[in-house]
Amino acid sequence: MYDKLIFELSQQGRVGYSLPASDLSAEIALDADLLRQNEALLPEVTELDVVRHYTNLSKKNYGVDEGFYPLGSCTMKYNPKINEEIASNPLFTKLHPLQPAETVQGALEIYYETSRMLSSLTGFSEFSFCPFAGAHGEATGLMIMREYHLRNNDFQRRKVIVPDSAHGTNPASASVCGMEIIEVESTKDGTVDLEKLKALLNEEVAGMMLTNPNTIGIFEKDILEIAQLLHQNGSLLYYDGANLNALLGVSRPADMGFDIMHINLHKTFSTPHGGGGPGSGPVGVTEKLKDLLPNPRVRKENNRYYLETSPNSIGNVSGFYGNFLVVVKAYTYLLTLGKENVAKVAYYAVLNANYIKEKLKDDYKLPITGLCKHEVVFDGLRSEKATTLDVAKRLLDYGYHPPTIYFPLLFHQSMMIEPTENESKETLDDFIEIMKTIAREAEENPEILHTAPHKTIVRRLDEVKAARNPIVKYRDCL
Amino acid sequence: MFKYFPHTNTDVKEMLEATGAKSLDDLFRDLPEAVKYQGDLDLPEALSEIEIRQKIGELALRNQNLISFRGAGSYDVYTPSVISALTSRQEFLTSYTPYQPEIAQGTLQYIFEFQSMICELTGMDVANASVYDGATATMEAMFMAISQTRRNKVLVSGALNPRVLNVLKTYARFRNVELVILEADDYHTSLASVKAKLDTDVAALIVQNPNYFGVVERMDEIANLIHENKSLLIMNVDPSTLSVLKTPGEIGADIACGDAQTLGIPLNFGGPYVGFMATTEKLLRKLPGRIVGMTNDVDGKRGYVLTLQAREQHIRREKANSNICSNQSLMALHTVIYMSLMGKQGMTEVARRAYNNAHYLYNKLLQTGLFLKVTDQPFFKEFVLKTYLNIEAMNKYMLEKGILSGLNLEKDNPQEEQEILFCATEMRSKAEIDNFVQMVEAFHVR
Repeated sequence: MYDKLIFELSQQGRVGYSLPASDLSAEIALDADLLRQNEALLPEVTELDVVRHYTNLSKKNYGVDEGFYPLGSCTMKYNPKINEEIASNPLFTKLHPLQPAETVQGALEIYYETSRMLSSLTGFSEFSFCPFAGAHGEATGLMIMREYHLRNNDFQRRKVIVPDSAHGTNPASASVCGMEIIEVESTKDGTVDLEKLKALLNEEVAGMMLTNPNTIGIFEKDILEIAQLLHQNGSLLYYDGANLNALLGVSRPADMGFDIMHINLHKTFSTPHGGGGPGSGPVGVTEKLKDLLPNPRVRKENNRYYLETSPNSIGNVSGFYGNFLVVVKAYTYLLTLGKENVAKVAYYAVLNANYIKEKLKDDYKLPITGLCKHEVVFDGLRSEKATTLDVAKRLLDYGYHPPTIYFPLLFHQSMMIEPTENESKETLDDFIEIMKTIAREAEENPEILHTAPHKTIVRRLDEVKAARNPIVKYRDCL
Repeated sequence: MFKYFPHTNTDVKEMLEATGAKSLDDLFRDLPEAVKYQGDLDLPEALSEIEIRQKIGELALRNQNLISFRGAGSYDVYTPSVISALTSRQEFLTSYTPYQPEIAQGTLQYIFEFQSMICELTGMDVANASVYDGATATMEAMFMAISQTRRNKVLVSGALNPRVLNVLKTYARFRNVELVILEADDYHTSLASVKAKLDTDVAALIVQNPNYFGVVERMDEIANLIHENKSLLIMNVDPSTLSVLKTPGEIGADIACGDAQTLGIPLNFGGPYVGFMATTEKLLRKLPGRIVGMTNDVDGKRGYVLTLQAREQHIRREKANSNICSNQSLMALHTVIYMSLMGKQGMTEVARRAYNNAHYLYNKLLQTGLFLKVTDQPFFKEFVLKTYLNIEAMNKYMLEKGILSGLNLEKDNPQEEQEILFCATEMRSKAEIDNFVQMVEAFHVR
């Protein structure tokens, strides 16, 4: 019975709630033409039905608390329990966003202080927490970039350069704010080709978006020169904070010459991914761009915090002030880490990635040798007998979450492994051992990889069927 | 050692040897010296859990919980205890987006259930896996309509929540979309106001229902008018009212969107909430964000996968309609559990109570003689009244009594002089309402 949909557990008349006795029992007195005609098909189940149903559903998931989750580019680090406890305080959860500032001084202080700490870690002047996620932060940051040029009467600057290795979000974000993308080719070692970049620069270029370390986990060693080229051209440089975990406390994006950045609090600052959200994508800028940050900004004067709406801002990008509780969790994490531990995040994350790289390079193709940062990209097995997809599916049988696969697009069989700073040598050694076992299996018995997974609750799913004949709601399968 | 780092000195030594690096610093030898940070980070020393509880607990005490008669896009609603017990399960909380469906069936199935319930409430054909919030959902809907109609003008009801409108304005400006804001006519969206501005450049009309002033909009004729013009109708709706009110599907809307905060999500100082989007079969391929579909595995067993991904940013890159990557998953789960618990009967009951509370409050306030009716339009759980009382002074007085009074509309729009937007959800008891009205009278005679 635990394979059913909640709708399939429904029995007419059952309820899963109780409400106080009501003294106001009038019926709704609206004209009939304003009222719903057909009843909604919603489940009728008891509280225990709901608890069992979702508890059993949860068992069909894999989370960081359960085991190693080396999903590249996603920074699946440990999500501390104290963050959750702190954020569940009713003095945070029961605040109306339109309460007067004097009744939310604590909440505003958390916004203000978190911005201050992130500024110290990145070198930027101020952060806005209005963006809800990384992609939302990107769009916001690019709007700031475009607005900066508009204010300088530089109307023609709407082109944004991205490396060909960039995440799909970068080009999509640019087009969301009315800008165009130009791709710059990478060199053989996976970094930006300076000569090719120079050739692209002209007075239409608004700026460039970069992750550093880049999507293959390599530090852009020419970053200062890149920044200089862009700035000489009157363009701005945007830092996609997806890979900030590699550099936390070691190097600051603003010091590399970046003008705008977003951070994924759900990556670098330990807030849970929640199966896809809620995240938080704060955007930080240098002093000269501060006034363009989204409305409203949290300000402090005479020890009092308040929200300021400025006509100079790009405007609002979210209904209220972003995902406040996620910011509370990141704030808790920063206080827990403290100054003395913050730089060790990058040290251990990078040590772990390089350790895996060295241990697996005999069995998996390593397209870019040399130091990597917080993640390592292999181009599939050395053996030709199985694909990266097969390896990923076989890892499921061994109880691991696979790495990110088929990204970056630079290599055909990409496999991007990001072990965070929280993982012990024993965990890595076990994973390395399993990866080697799979490599051996690929040689000796490739069929077991091709047909993997074998031990999961469902096996390979028919995605073609799902797309060809979409069943996207319960009513479709009645 | 620190509790989140497992590396002993021996581990570090052995691992460095394996990598050929001389020290942890040496792992960063590829960075130019000039970009290595040499300064002193302006961060506090690490705090223990005991100190964290103390410090942030003190900060929290500088916030105040209030008995709320304020809505305006954020509502004090009932959150059953079951929800946090289930959403805090690590399998839901600490997983990421379902890239590997074989070990993410939990997430995929609840998203399928979310899509199903949103379709049931809105009366639409297909829903996505959720987006960030109601404002961004409405913005995404606007761009769907522009992409579908290849027209570039969007009419916006003057009774749309100004905080949603602000987000539309920001995005519209960067995409050169022409927004035409209709005059709110007697606190609702009138047929005449739409007619006056409708032309063949109009991609869509965006209407909120119940609207910002709480009024239940009469949409049938407007829907016909919009469709005759080959434009799309976008309805921003409150899902908690939809087991009672005529659905966007029944009205003939092309896109239904909004914030599902009212489905049991606490106020959270404005976030996280969850946006939803639902549309017709015809517009399915324009719908942004993730969509989960039902399928079979190789053994014929039922399962769920992300589907129709050709719409999404990681495939279409700069040609994608939207840059959204993931969804607001855990909050979608929150609302799915809420809707399962409340069920058919509970959803209607909650809507009825909010309606009754608001109407009771409305009548009681009018009886004081201190407020004036501004319209005869029907309303749901929010309403506008005019008063000659000093609203700011009254609201301040209420704060001292632990009450969050209605929103002073004049602050957002000077034309709405001496007007106040009240709300009473299912959370308010008759006693609380009576007490609030007494306080209003006490303020007047003080």
